[in-house]
Amino acid sequence: MKISVVLNEGPYQHQAADTAYHFIRAALAKGHEIFRVFFYHDGVNNGTRLTTPPQDDRNIVTRWSSLAEEHNLDLVVCVAAAQRRGIVDQSEATRHGKDADNIAPGFRISGLGQLVEAGIESDRLVVFGD
Amino acid sequence: MALLHTVNKSPFEKNSLETCLRIAVEGSSVLLIEDGVYGAMNGTSLNGALSDAGNRLQFYVLGPDLKARGLSEQDVMEGIEVVDYDGFVDLVVGHDATHACL
Amino acid sequence: MEDIPEEEYSGGVVKKFMYVNRRAPHGSIYAQESLEVVLVGAAFEQDVSVVFLDDGVYQIRKDQDTSAIGTKNFSKTFRALEMYDVEKLYVEKESMQARGMTEDDLNVPVEVKTSEEIGRLMEEQDVVLSF
Repeated sequence: MKISVVLNEGPYQHQAADTAYHFIRAALAKGHEIFRVFFYHDGVNNGTRLTTPPQDDRNIVTRWSSLAEEHNLDLVVCVAAAQRRGIVDQSEATRHGKDADNIAPGFRISGLGQLVEAGIESDRLVVFGD
Repeated sequence: MALLHTVNKSPFEKNSLETCLRIAVEGSSVLLIEDGVYGAMNGTSLNGALSDAGNRLQFYVLGPDLKARGLSEQDVMEGIEVVDYDGFVDLVVGHDATHACL
Repeated sequence: MEDIPEEEYSGGVVKKFMYVNRRAPHGSIYAQESLEVVLVGAAFEQDVSVVFLDDGVYQIRKDQDTSAIGTKNFSKTFRALEMYDVEKLYVEKESMQARGMTEDDLNVPVEVKTSEEIGRLMEEQDVVLSF
């Protein structure tokens, strides 16, 4: 099946980011396709390149980047939520006159239409939040 | 048409499980995950309500979340099936849609 | 709020989308950002229902005035839903009653449904979004 996931919370603050990750890994292992992972509300914070978690703990952000690369996943960070919370790619940085970008590899910033499209195109959509 | 409801908050913190039980239609399923797993344990004030609900809904609880919280599968209420992440995926695929009762 | 896309979805597939709102406005951003999804999603011409349960019923209360707390008063935007052809708004009777509210307290036309009716409606959906 084609499954999409929506993640509404940031890394570490809530378990949602971890549960979503484990769910996705299990789905991929079972041969399902992950159509899109859409990051909304504080979920956009899963896409910051600048995180430095303690060495003895999981690195949630790089974990997403690695998973995306390994399985060619579409990780989409909502532009409106990202603008509010300061998650920026190069084009957004230029557009809004910011002196840096901070998006992690494997993530792309796009509109809420991508969330609705994921609902339309997928067989199942699962939300992880708080 | 059967729905899967997920409940991720403790029933002692938030009313999500209560709301879920109120709206879930007979024949649908409820999967307790994250802090929601506390609702699955024997000996809580919810046992009566969950037992009653068990007559019309199918209950599941995520094993890894029980283990993380020091909860034993032995102490899970009768009628609630323990599943792992694979089982979670199967539940999502096996139901028509999923409602995250956050 | 991001720009609403001008192009219309032409994929042809129409699914039943339900947006579930269970949180109060202003104490967190979930209510406001949930409304943003509904508005953007309207361009995709799907079969949309918006449900207000538990504290979600507070989102559509009349007379909200956020000037003293300095946040955006997005409650007025609920009235725009009709213009976007999002007309199926439902509130749960039990949630209203528990909070001492009636339809007269609301700023948009809604259909009041029982818990059971909301549950049955949810069962019909292809996609259920929670915030």
